[in-house]
Amino acid sequence: MSQTGGNNSVIRLEEVWKIYAMGHQEVHALAGVNMDFRKGDFWAIMGPSGSGKSTMLNILGCLDRVSKGKYFIEGKEISQFDDNDLSEIRLRHLGFIFQSFNLIPQLSVQRNIELPLYYLGWEPHQSAERAVELAQKVGLGERLDHKPTELSGGQMQRVAIARALANDPAILLADEPTGNLDTHTGDQILDLLCELNQAGKTIIMVTHEADIAKRAKKRLHMRDGRVESIEG
Amino acid sequence: MRRIQLFREIRQGVENLLLHKLRSMLTMLGVVFGVGSVVAMLSVGEGASKEALDQIRKVGMTNIIIRSMEPVEDATAARSHTHMTIYGLLYDDQQRIEETFKTVKQVVPVKLVRKDGRLGTRALELRVVGTTPDWFNLLSRDLVAGRVLMEDDAKDRAGVVVLTEFGARKLLATENTIGQKLRIGGKAYEIVGIVKSMGSSVGTIQMPDEEVDAYIPIEAAKERYGDVNVKMTGSNQMREMVELHEMIVEVDADVNVEATAAGIGSMLKQFHKKEDYKISVPLALLNQAKATKRTFNIVLGSIAAISLLVGGIGIMNIMLASVTERTREIGIRRAIGAKRLQIIRQFLIETVVLSTTGGLMGIGLGLFIPWMITLFAGMPTVVTMDSVILSVGISITVGIVFGLYPAARAAQVDPIIALRHE
Repeated sequence: MSQTGGNNSVIRLEEVWKIYAMGHQEVHALAGVNMDFRKGDFWAIMGPSGSGKSTMLNILGCLDRVSKGKYFIEGKEISQFDDNDLSEIRLRHLGFIFQSFNLIPQLSVQRNIELPLYYLGWEPHQSAERAVELAQKVGLGERLDHKPTELSGGQMQRVAIARALANDPAILLADEPTGNLDTHTGDQILDLLCELNQAGKTIIMVTHEADIAKRAKKRLHMRDGRVESIEG
Repeated sequence: MRRIQLFREIRQGVENLLLHKLRSMLTMLGVVFGVGSVVAMLSVGEGASKEALDQIRKVGMTNIIIRSMEPVEDATAARSHTHMTIYGLLYDDQQRIEETFKTVKQVVPVKLVRKDGRLGTRALELRVVGTTPDWFNLLSRDLVAGRVLMEDDAKDRAGVVVLTEFGARKLLATENTIGQKLRIGGKAYEIVGIVKSMGSSVGTIQMPDEEVDAYIPIEAAKERYGDVNVKMTGSNQMREMVELHEMIVEVDADVNVEATAAGIGSMLKQFHKKEDYKISVPLALLNQAKATKRTFNIVLGSIAAISLLVGGIGIMNIMLASVTERTREIGIRRAIGAKRLQIIRQFLIETVVLSTTGGLMGIGLGLFIPWMITLFAGMPTVVTMDSVILSVGISITVGIVFGLYPAARAAQVDPIIALRHE
């Protein structure tokens, strides 16, 4: 059935394969994944290294294209989209949070948060307003003019979250968001993610730590490019 | 909206370049010197042709000057007391030229004779110029006092004289001297006016007027001094007969000047057995100046082009390094949703900001170098608005041409690899 499973499906994967050619050998990074991520979910994708969870995140984040199968985002099939169209999907529907924060060092906190709005073509005063609002939401209202290097790890990740929220994405993709933080700070970041999820944001988080995965509502275990099991 | 976007992109480019001030400065140097030499080069060429043009204006753009010249054979021939050299332009030549060429507006005849002038107790050897009032129309010189020659002076065969400012000063003649008698070679003239003079030559052009000129009606010159002139060289007495020493031919338009000069040349050849005259065309000097300017521009233009090429390659090199350095930033921007074209735009704008800043500094240098050239070498230089606009254009072009490749490289960055890159 190629009908998008109900109105509340945000991302759906149908028989998705990602195949890399390594010399004469084919590597199946994803081997026939079927998944339905629904609105309001908070998923943790787990698995050992090489299990395909990074590939999964790249596919979900439209940074990479599927070799076979279908990818639907908010009901729209985008498996055959080109680089330009995928950029547009990332810009309008997705928000990224990375392990190493990935803020642009020469830009201030405010300008980092405004970045997606800049590419969306927002008027400067509107995006400034939005950035201030988001900085307050993540508890960094007074740090707008600071450079990322002047912030602590936890603060940088908050800026990254604010930036990921700027375009009001359908889904937040988090790649080991607490990997570079101490336990206490990591907990605070997870609290913030939970808060956002409670407010209705769909989140997919990749992690290899069981403690962290526990904070998510659902867990997806991967092995050898396949979905091994689903909890929750 | 788009304008705001561009403004923001430029501001962002400037900010990125300011992060590495020294590096940006060094990168710009090639363009600074390239553009500087373009502006300086054009200013020297422009200065030279403007100087030539100014000189020609003083002689008159549409004038042809024909001077009588003693033929070489005659000058070296044995001279005796009885020998008399006859050469030069004839009264008939004037009439022939006026009647033959439609492009000739008028011909001003000139008789020259050197005589002592005496005013009170002061004396000065004058070059007496017997001419028509039209002389003063063809060579526009400022009037210092009194008036110039008039048609009536000729009719009356009046003994009137117009002095140059220089001559007047030497003879201690002033405004109040107007109306007094000046004795030239024993003959009395009434001083009617004083005009400015150019000096015997300006630059490379020989001027028809000299500082020691005294202008009298040509009829008076004919009557009082005749066509035979006696020159004393040591103990030798030399006699020569010249009807007209010079003719100034005014042509109707500058496009006709050279053709008319050639026509006059071939016509005079028929009536003169020997070449006892010389035709000079001031306008030809302008063309010569233009040709020189062109050669100059080609030589220095190539040097400037090489310097701009080197500058451009320098910029490209640094931008490629910058793209590598900022791989992660590019990855972040791409992940957020920036399209390849937007990345190209960003880096291209940065390169153009770099090259244009270099270009503006180069224009500063290009204003300074000509100033130094004029100050130390005394050469005239003119920086035109055109050369400044051209330089800005060149710098923008250098930025685009040498920025395209690094920008394209930036756009090819794969966000997945870039983000993994620690």
